[in-house]
Amino acid sequence: MSERGAKIREISERLLKEGKIDMVIGFRKGTLPMMNEPCLVKSPEDVKNLVWDSNCGINLAKYLIGRKEKIGVVAKGCDSRNIVTHLIENKIKRDQLFIIGVPCEGMIDRRKIASMFEKEIKEVAEEKNKIIVRGSGFEKILEKSEVLQKNCAICIHRNPVIYDELAADIVKEQKNVDRYKDVRQIESMPPEEKRDYFNDLLSPCIRCYACRNACPLCYCPTCFVDESRPQWVGKGIDLTDIKTFHFLRAYHCAGRCTDCGACERACPLGIDVRAFTMKLEKDCFELYGWEAGMSKDERPPLDTYRPDDPNDFFK
Amino acid sequence: MGFSINNQQSTINNPKWEPKIVAFLCNWCSYGAADLAGISRLQYPPNIRVIRVPCTGRMSPKFILSAFMNGADGVWVSGCHPGDCHYLEGNYYARRKLSLFKGLMEHMGIESDRLHFSWISSAEGTKFAEMANKVTKAVRDAGPANYFAKKISILKTKVA
Ligand code: SF4
Ligand code: SF4
Ligand code: FES
Repeated sequence: MSERGAKIREISERLLKEGKIDMVIGFRKGTLPMMNEPCLVKSPEDVKNLVWDSNCGINLAKYLIGRKEKIGVVAKGCDSRNIVTHLIENKIKRDQLFIIGVPCEGMIDRRKIASMFEKEIKEVAEEKNKIIVRGSGFEKILEKSEVLQKNCAICIHRNPVIYDELAADIVKEQKNVDRYKDVRQIESMPPEEKRDYFNDLLSPCIRCYACRNACPLCYCPTCFVDESRPQWVGKGIDLTDIKTFHFLRAYHCAGRCTDCGACERACPLGIDVRAFTMKLEKDCFELYGWEAGMSKDERPPLDTYRPDDPNDFFK
Repeated sequence: MGFSINNQQSTINNPKWEPKIVAFLCNWCSYGAADLAGISRLQYPPNIRVIRVPCTGRMSPKFILSAFMNGADGVWVSGCHPGDCHYLEGNYYARRKLSLFKGLMEHMGIESDRLHFSWISSAEGTKFAEMANKVTKAVRDAGPANYFAKKISILKTKVA
């Protein structure tokens, strides 16, 4: 892990010194355990702040949107796929980017870990596949594979799909992963039960929009939630409005979402907002054989069609 | 909202309940088919509220959600047959958009009988009337969709 950090710092320093880029977007240590923060590094002296460990879950592609500088960007598998999506959607140009690819070994779920301890966690360290959690008067060693973020546990593209230089050797991709187990479980419920499920899921939502703001795909100048003529969705916490918000937010990401988990990670209430995006991911895959962000030469599913597309819903 | 079909909140216990169905019909085909059905004096239920759209490609999921929010019990979208779109490919895009839309709607618990899509050309007045009957029956059987309508508290107290 720290080897990756050292390599990221080495590459960044070199690029900045050579003047090939104006800044690096990477991670620095956060003020709380398990909360690394994105950071922009503009001078070689500050490169020392850059780190890499299992708390780099935020999707850095978010910070590239509309930038004019030349940027070195640190990208794990999912970030790289969102960079591809940005390239397709003209949010940034390829020649503005130097992509420092980081083959990823999964990020840890800070909420899950916090819920395992009664006392406050003061420090979280890691070694190989172990996570060491310390607080006042306790220390516990956890298996990393058991505390992965839910999206990372089922990730099948940990290696960057696009990069200029790698910060580590390619990692083995997870095989035989059942990505849609949770989706199928909901699909198998009768309608009333599904409604109850989503009503329960969303009842804590406070409409803070953290999930939207963390998402690299959300960059509309005026989000539909702010449109007022007509107003498609009310602003309060009426359950119909909340459901409509989540429905449309997910739908806007259809065929673009890479399941990076940034939305779920950002939610202050720990709401499983991937329940929406994963259904769309499954449908895009099953109906149109599509996986988002894998190639910049293919049009996304809602921007193209085939005359022989499935027609089952139409009479 | 400019239009509202919320005024007569319906309940299961209301025996006079009639389903309210919003039909988004493409100007170049299904809308014409509705006209033709009328001219041909074909019978179809009055539960359908027609909104004309220039092409099914114009359909936004917001329209459908908005219909449900404002108290529709069912929504029907109909356009030109694949290959016959006035704008050549609007309905091909719509087919993808609406397929994903329906998948997510059903995932969240809307009954599949509340959402209908069809291809009806302007010469198919009979198909239009048949489809209108089918859609109305399906939505009637599904019952009132009050769980997706936005209930404003004043309205609630009035109904109670
Ligand atoms: S989704 Fe995959 S690439 Fe992204 S952080 Fe998780 S394991 Fe890494
Ligand atoms: S981050 Fe969580 S609480 Fe905030 S709007 Fe999204 S789901 Fe709701
Ligand atoms: S013009 Fe009728 S569907 Fe496009």
